[in-house]
Amino acid sequence: MIAAEGLEKRFPGFTLRAPRLVAEPGRVLAVLGPSGAGKSTLLMLLSGLLPPDAGTVTREGPAVYLDQHPYLLERSVLENAAFGLRLKGVPRARAREAALAWLARVGLEALAPRPARGLSGGERVRLALARALATEPKALLLDEPTANLDPANVARVEALIREEKGRGRAIVLVTHNLFQARRLADRALFLLGGEVVEEGPAPAFFETPQDPRTRAFLSGEMVW
Amino acid sequence: MRRWLFPLVLGLGLSLAASPLRLATTTSVHDSGLLDAILPGFTAETGIPVQVIAVGTGQALAIAGRGDADAALVHAPALEARFLKEQKGVLHACLAKNRFLLVGPPEDPAGVRWETNVLNALRKIYLKGALFVSRGDESGTHKKELELWRAAGLRPQGKPWYLESGSGMGATLTLASEKGAYTLTDLGTFLFMRDRVRLLALFDRDDPRMTNQYSYMATNPERFPWVNFEGAKRLRAYLLRKDVQERIGAYLKDRFGQSLFEPLYGRCPIPVP
Amino acid sequence: MNELVEITLRSLLVSGSATLLAALFGLPLGLWLGARGRPQRLAASLLYAGMGLPPVVVGLFFYFLLSRSGPLGSLGLLYTIPGMVLAESVLAFPLIAGFAMAGVAEKANPVRRLVKSLGGSELQAYLTLLAESRRVVVAALAAGFGAVISEVGAVTIVGGDIRHATRVLTTAVVIETRKGELERAAALGAVLLGVTLLITAVLVLFGEREAR
Repeated sequence: MIAAEGLEKRFPGFTLRAPRLVAEPGRVLAVLGPSGAGKSTLLMLLSGLLPPDAGTVTREGPAVYLDQHPYLLERSVLENAAFGLRLKGVPRARAREAALAWLARVGLEALAPRPARGLSGGERVRLALARALATEPKALLLDEPTANLDPANVARVEALIREEKGRGRAIVLVTHNLFQARRLADRALFLLGGEVVEEGPAPAFFETPQDPRTRAFLSGEMVW
Repeated sequence: MRRWLFPLVLGLGLSLAASPLRLATTTSVHDSGLLDAILPGFTAETGIPVQVIAVGTGQALAIAGRGDADAALVHAPALEARFLKEQKGVLHACLAKNRFLLVGPPEDPAGVRWETNVLNALRKIYLKGALFVSRGDESGTHKKELELWRAAGLRPQGKPWYLESGSGMGATLTLASEKGAYTLTDLGTFLFMRDRVRLLALFDRDDPRMTNQYSYMATNPERFPWVNFEGAKRLRAYLLRKDVQERIGAYLKDRFGQSLFEPLYGRCPIPVP
Repeated sequence: MNELVEITLRSLLVSGSATLLAALFGLPLGLWLGARGRPQRLAASLLYAGMGLPPVVVGLFFYFLLSRSGPLGSLGLLYTIPGMVLAESVLAFPLIAGFAMAGVAEKANPVRRLVKSLGGSELQAYLTLLAESRRVVVAALAAGFGAVISEVGAVTIVGGDIRHATRVLTTAVVIETRKGELERAAALGAVLLGVTLLITAVLVLFGEREAR
């Protein structure tokens, strides 16, 4: 579980505020909003990569942030998958063994010995997911994981998110894809210009949004 | 790392172990190959290896004048006189001479071929506005060229037909050949290049103004106590020895039908006070 | 020994030693500057300006420094291989440090974010960045080596182009050109180009190898 209270992060000309926010175990929280709304900043605050200027974030257990363009090490696919475990001091043989199991979960075990830099876009995201999941985090913070992926890879990644939700992980999903948000989210949050406009349980959020700006965004209009 | 270090240390060791004689000389002497022909004999006799640094006459004297060379072999009597006067050099001796030539395209547009006075030849080129390539690099040959123009009372600098190559004699001859231009050259470089350029020796006479005199000096050990003065003295004695002087005179004589360097046995046709 | 082989080996010795000497200081500096992940404007300006140092000016500087009448004259390094290595390493230094800095700076933030997000420490982030910088290091070394092996201004002034002592490929090209032996000069130039390509290719291949 991740809980945030009175979060504030100031940049020149932009301030992100999130009064109260909870990502519960076994639930997917979708973060929606136009580009520049502060979605990635919010994720990084929740993960602890970015310190807030005000407010607190409490994390129960480790939370892994997954970059929109995940950095793959100039090593083999297997070494990439094992990297998180190696950081935690797991011996190489055991880390590799666990990593291989996770590669199988994301359908990359056949590519294990290959250089990671040669992977396609969908394979890169799946490898990054395997690398994150191998460390058994309590929470996953996903920054547009399926942007620019082909439908088959989108389906695979979504299936993986559902499975991990079923295993009790708390998942925060930043996405541009409203359909994906409807398919996966238990709760949703609409961010605009650094402010949380609306937040609520999934069916209601999508069917009967309260704020006119949320309504406009969900119906595909431009919102500023 | 160790594999790289080894040759570095070896090179350092070798360069410190041997105490070679450093001779600063001009490119024209070096490029003629004369030193490669006569210096091994010196090294064989004395055990002193000679390191030749070939640069322009001005730079050769500048290097020796800071004590970075033990001796100099140059061809610029006026600069040599100053060098001696400034107490940078000692034991001046004239080794050999040859001559400067005025070369140009076979058509000889300025009609230099029939002149008996080099100054008149230059005046003809000037009046005709025929292309002329100057070294323009402060070398001994360039200094000689400027001296000749001055003696003729002319200032060719800035004229559209007066080109400055800024490079060595070989490159300058090639440029003159390509452009169909006149240029002043030393005998040696021209003989080496003769077959590769479309240029003829148009003024090649025994004119005292055209004498190219090569001298040897040792760097003054009183001013530069670290120099290898003993070696410089021995090289001087070797170069002035009768048999070596004869070998200098005979160098490539068969190939060119004339001496590249006429031995002087220490006497200086152009006095160096 | 064949003189061409001798000159080629000397070129490799001088340029290789100079590159290593410059890398000894330039790589740590470049990696350190780049690893901070923020643009280091002053350092970057200095290094980039240093890349444009005219070799002849560096050569002259070292001539005065190493001349027997100069401050380090008693070392007797003028017209020797170690003297040439010193001058060349000064030319290679800004290239190596600058390339290393630019390459590492590009990776610093993504690598740190990855390590931190997986629960790693600052030290682990730094070590990972170093391990990820191999291709950057190779590019920096290749740039430094390529610059010094093809340079003629500084080696001429500091080395003196002494046959069997300090003559290298570039100075040999200059002499042959001066003598009008253009074909021989071109052949030497081809050897220079071939050697540079070969060394650079070996470096790049080494850098491309994936870590196991």
